[in-house]
Amino acid sequence: MVAFGQFAEVLIGGLLAGVLYSLVALGFVLIFKASGVFNFAQGAMVLLAGLALVRPLDYMVAQGFPVWAAIVLGLAFAAVVMAASAWLIERFVLGPLVNQDGLTLFMSTIGATFIIEGGAQMIFGSDVYPLRLFPTDAWFLFENQFPGGILVNKLDVWGGLIAGILVAGLAVFFQKTKTGRALRAVADDHAAAQSVGIPISWIWFVVWLVAGLVALVAATVWGTKLGVQFSITFLALKALPVLIIGGFTSVPGAIVGGLIVGAGEKVAEVYLGPLIGGGIEYWFAYVLALIVLLGRPQGLFGERIIERI
Amino acid sequence: MSPAQPAGKPEAATAILAVKNIEVIYDHVILVLKGVSLDVQKGGIVALLGANGAGKSTTLKAISNLIKSERGDVTKGSIEFNGERVDGLTPNDLVRRGCIQVMEGRHCFGHLTVEENLLTGAFTRKDGRAAVARDLEMVYGYFPRLKERRSSLAGYISGGEQQMTAIGRALMSAPSTVLLDEPSMGLAPQLVEEIFEIVKRLNAEQGLSVLLAEQNTNMALKYATYGYILENGRVVMDGEAQSLRENEDVREFYLGIGGADRRSFRDVKSYKRRKRWLA
Repeated sequence: MVAFGQFAEVLIGGLLAGVLYSLVALGFVLIFKASGVFNFAQGAMVLLAGLALVRPLDYMVAQGFPVWAAIVLGLAFAAVVMAASAWLIERFVLGPLVNQDGLTLFMSTIGATFIIEGGAQMIFGSDVYPLRLFPTDAWFLFENQFPGGILVNKLDVWGGLIAGILVAGLAVFFQKTKTGRALRAVADDHAAAQSVGIPISWIWFVVWLVAGLVALVAATVWGTKLGVQFSITFLALKALPVLIIGGFTSVPGAIVGGLIVGAGEKVAEVYLGPLIGGGIEYWFAYVLALIVLLGRPQGLFGERIIERI
Repeated sequence: MSPAQPAGKPEAATAILAVKNIEVIYDHVILVLKGVSLDVQKGGIVALLGANGAGKSTTLKAISNLIKSERGDVTKGSIEFNGERVDGLTPNDLVRRGCIQVMEGRHCFGHLTVEENLLTGAFTRKDGRAAVARDLEMVYGYFPRLKERRSSLAGYISGGEQQMTAIGRALMSAPSTVLLDEPSMGLAPQLVEEIFEIVKRLNAEQGLSVLLAEQNTNMALKYATYGYILENGRVVMDGEAQSLRENEDVREFYLGIGGADRRSFRDVKSYKRRKRWLA
């Protein structure tokens, strides 16, 4: 019974941690789906959103604003910053590169990464800023069944809830709305989308705005977990195996990929780690990704690569 | 440079689309169109003929302004649609005004279903769901095959069905003029005929004006009312479709008929056609 209690705790903790990876991966999927661009800057956007939220928030609280008002205003300010950065990226980075090769666009997002990271820290500062939006204590469940119960982190549960709502909203947006359909059309064929009168620049602005808002949501959760700091940008690297496993074009894939990575690395750490000296957590996700790449290159939920012969 | 004007040349006043002496340069250095002029009548089917690289597609893209994103520029001349200057507008503006291009090579959205493909064509419309639904039925009326395949992914349907999807998608924007680029490309002759018949019906029943770029001269002249022949970025000849079909040079160079006394390519030197047409 003890063994099962421990396993359940590891698994639940892992799954919930995985949802947090999914939050970051979602931003990648959105932009990749709609513009065929692998957005290397997504991690930097989480940092920017976090800083644009926490700094004004701290300032307002210090000025004696009620905390709820400071949170609302801080979120609104951060959303405006994300909208502005979406507009700037469209206008100065992607706009001039319409119809260029995917690799060219990818390189341009690497450039954007450095500018966003540098700019965000120049404007908002480069320390570690603690953020307290969600409870960070733990629940102990099933204390009667298992000695000590199962520890579940409340923050992780919040993250899971938020991710669920986001995914449902995005699925409706992509499948049911005119703009969502246009986004998918642009993803398939820029030139053809342009030819039927879909304004590419507007669509790309919308995509980067949505990805920016997803980054903001990720920043609230991750900022609460780690504090808003530069190392948040490395989440982009954790999102990579999630994307490979789930598929670059699938919103549900990002969630399932996140769950697999989160659960996989925690379970491997606890049960395989002792056998080979530990430290598995940091690279196990990439092994999983490699296995998926070998068997199913488009990912578990990715769109089949359609090629007529 | 403008060729002799044969009788029956359309009056500019009734032209829905008037291209005047445009020059197009790609990448600031490559001169592709060297002064092309053409008119499309309201309700006409005008064929733009010529070999590979003559500048047919470039002319259409210059009109629809898709050329901008291929780093092309209209550096001289003017383009008027419905009496208004449209050079310099975005493709989105042109589609709103009723001029839409069906691109060469079909360009369907492979991961969208046929019906979703058609609906993307209605992106610019503001006249409500009912009107869009009515036009969707209209398109299915002209292309019954698409109705059967409405929920298939466009990437998996046949080439002919893709061409129909591309044309149907353009029709969903409720256009007055369609720029049709090489609809016969890679299709079986029977299918080409089927598609041209439908275009002809759309023209007759919906009053759709068509500017048709084609390499298949025979087929295009069968359905068009007027034709222009492009060579090396210039209009070298134009006239009623009937008169072009009967023209000795067109028959020889583009239809492969006649010229019995000149069997070998050695006899058909390019300077000869230039001399005859540009004289």
